[in-house]
Amino acid sequence: MIGTGSIGRRLTFLLAGVAALLSVLSWWMVTGLAREAAERTQDNVLAASATAIAETLRSEQGEVRLELPYSAFAMLGAIGEDRVFYRVMAGDELLTGYADLPALSDPPPPGQVRFDTGTYSGETIRMASVSRLVLAGAQPLPVTVTMAQTGNGVSTISAELSRLAAVMAVAFFGVAVILSFFAARASLRPLNEIAAAVSRRGPSDLRPLKRDAPAELAPLMTSLNRLMERLGQSIRRSEDFIAEAAHRVRTPLAVVRTQAEIALRSVEDEAEKRRLRGIIRAVDESSRSAGQLLDHATVTYRADDLTRAPVDLATLVEQTSAALEPTAAMKDITLTRNTMPAQIMGDPVLLDNALRNVLDNAIKYSPEDTEVVLAITTEGREVRITVTDEGPGLGDGPVRALTERFRRGSNTGDIVGSGLGLTIVEDVLSAHGGRLELHTREGERGACITLVLPLS
Amino acid sequence: MYHAGLAIILTLWATMAHALTIEDHRLYPGTGDVTLRILSTADLEVFEPYLLAFQAEQPAVTIDYSVVSSAELHRAITDGASFDLALSSAMDLQFRLANDGFAQSYRSDDTQALPDWARWRDLVFAFTAEPAVVVLSTDRFEGLEIPTTRQELITLLRENAADFAGAVGTYDVRESGLGYLFATQESRSTDAFWRLSEVMGRLDPQLYCCSGQMIDDVTEGRLALAYNVLGSYAAERMARDSGGRVQILRMQDFANVMLRTAIIPKTATEREAAGALIDMLARLGLREDAGQWPLPPLNSAGPGEAPEYGPIRLGPALMVYLDPLNRRTFLTEWEDAMEQR
Repeated sequence: MIGTGSIGRRLTFLLAGVAALLSVLSWWMVTGLAREAAERTQDNVLAASATAIAETLRSEQGEVRLELPYSAFAMLGAIGEDRVFYRVMAGDELLTGYADLPALSDPPPPGQVRFDTGTYSGETIRMASVSRLVLAGAQPLPVTVTMAQTGNGVSTISAELSRLAAVMAVAFFGVAVILSFFAARASLRPLNEIAAAVSRRGPSDLRPLKRDAPAELAPLMTSLNRLMERLGQSIRRSEDFIAEAAHRVRTPLAVVRTQAEIALRSVEDEAEKRRLRGIIRAVDESSRSAGQLLDHATVTYRADDLTRAPVDLATLVEQTSAALEPTAAMKDITLTRNTMPAQIMGDPVLLDNALRNVLDNAIKYSPEDTEVVLAITTEGREVRITVTDEGPGLGDGPVRALTERFRRGSNTGDIVGSGLGLTIVEDVLSAHGGRLELHTREGERGACITLVLPLS
Repeated sequence: MYHAGLAIILTLWATMAHALTIEDHRLYPGTGDVTLRILSTADLEVFEPYLLAFQAEQPAVTIDYSVVSSAELHRAITDGASFDLALSSAMDLQFRLANDGFAQSYRSDDTQALPDWARWRDLVFAFTAEPAVVVLSTDRFEGLEIPTTRQELITLLRENAADFAGAVGTYDVRESGLGYLFATQESRSTDAFWRLSEVMGRLDPQLYCCSGQMIDDVTEGRLALAYNVLGSYAAERMARDSGGRVQILRMQDFANVMLRTAIIPKTATEREAAGALIDMLARLGLREDAGQWPLPPLNSAGPGEAPEYGPIRLGPALMVYLDPLNRRTFLTEWEDAMEQR
């Protein structure tokens, strides 16, 4: 089941869980080994002690004699403060020591040490027995020396080591948790990088992601790229459809307009003339809308795969304004150009389209016998094309909203417009890495539209 | 004939009758119901200040104090006699009692404060460290050089055999548990012991059961020299009444230091009071300066005080000379040396 929790946290918890398991396991193993080692040490000391006593065994006048060496007992104090018991048996007779020590299951073979565990005086004891043949009287007599000790020292030593191991296991776990955190972060870095790369992209950037990805992320990348490709195709198809539709609508509209104008010239009745003029106006508006839809589709299409050629903005302003000069002249509007050479890299067709839209708007909304000023300035790494008119300005609504599709200003009145103009301008500018700035001129009438583009 | 089991140790040790032979006894009535029964090897004149100090701390506790020999003490406890505290100078027998399960454990901040060498398994607690010393009569040593090592002592005794004949005293190790402990430890630590024993054996040595009598005889001039006397008793007597007639000598080559120890027997009923007395004794054992107490503190035997080797170690090795075979071997050698006449 896939929850909504963070993968990083899950990974950290999983790794920490594994570390905890290993810590407990290692503590358990060290504790076991420590106990084993302490027990073996005790066995060795007991064996050495019993052997030392057995070595003093001798026969004197047919009797078995021995003496307990001081060192044989002193060494038993080495492991810890343990109670010590001993017994020396000659055959079945007690020579010396504690008669009631637990009996051995079977006597050790001569020269070897046998270890036993038993209970004596209310405590568990460990016993080491050594056997030697002593010639007493006629035949050799097996003499068995048994040294026994309680297990306190062993327990103390193994408890101390176990505590130490526990401290180390906890420290190990702590380090492992920190490392798990970093490991989880490192493992998720490619994923985060891809996510960042996707979110850094512009809104219309649907190029495939071309970057190295870990094997686990490759299917995701492939699917993502395929999705984007399908999305891009779908968008292009609808743009194509719009362009096709606009084109198809424009041609019949032109025919209708021609017919309407012919009809206008041939009718005398004022009422009919008004009706025909209305038709011509509506046809113009539709034609213009279709034209701009076509422009918009062009811009969108070209912006996806922008051609970059050196463009001199002064020349561009010159040509575009020259093209619109006749329209301006019809309203006695003066186009003033105040340019300077400024070279950028860009698509001249799109830039011309954008500037034409702005200039078209300025002429369209300006009253008769006014001035529209086109100025080029540079500011740092940017070049600004400013178009200033003396029209009604941008209205009272939010200025940024004017660049949305089919959105028109609140004060456009009955002037023909599609609401696509500024949308196209902004699309072109953002495809070039620039932006559109809109201002109503303060204290005066008119709007100030600035196209900001980065210098090459 | 080798049926020498544990029980035989006792018969070897206890020369007295089966009933507990009490040398001295005194009752210190308290204000409450609790009676602390103490079995001890320390004479009343030495130990009374401790009992009075304890009763000043705990006035409610009645103290029933019995003085016995170390062998008697051991026998009484192994026979199951009911006592709340056993104090003994025979650390080997005390150790054996604890080892064989006749002691119960006690643990407190005061006992934890004792150094490791002064306690064993929370069963045995040492509270004094008392050296073995030579006590000599200043009158009898007039004109003689005071020996500082065993070798010098051997030479002195050899060269002045006539002066010392019948005038040298030491423990009868067959009777005295403490004497046996000192002798066995010394035989282990210095080879001069046997030579000294042989030299003494030629001088018709006087053998004693206890330190007190030996010191008395030195004070009165019957003995010129007493060897292996418990130093603390000697100091006590000196302080009281010698008037310069006796001198205490610590051998410079090697000196045994015995730890006086306490255990709470398994049969104890007044554990709490017994523990409180052990706490007091442990605190006194760790006091910095000797003060007016009759018995020296533990630090008088502390490591580093040359030429001593520290106190006799409280550990399983103490059981070695308690083994009847070893004991018989040692006593045979000792008798050979001491009684040559």
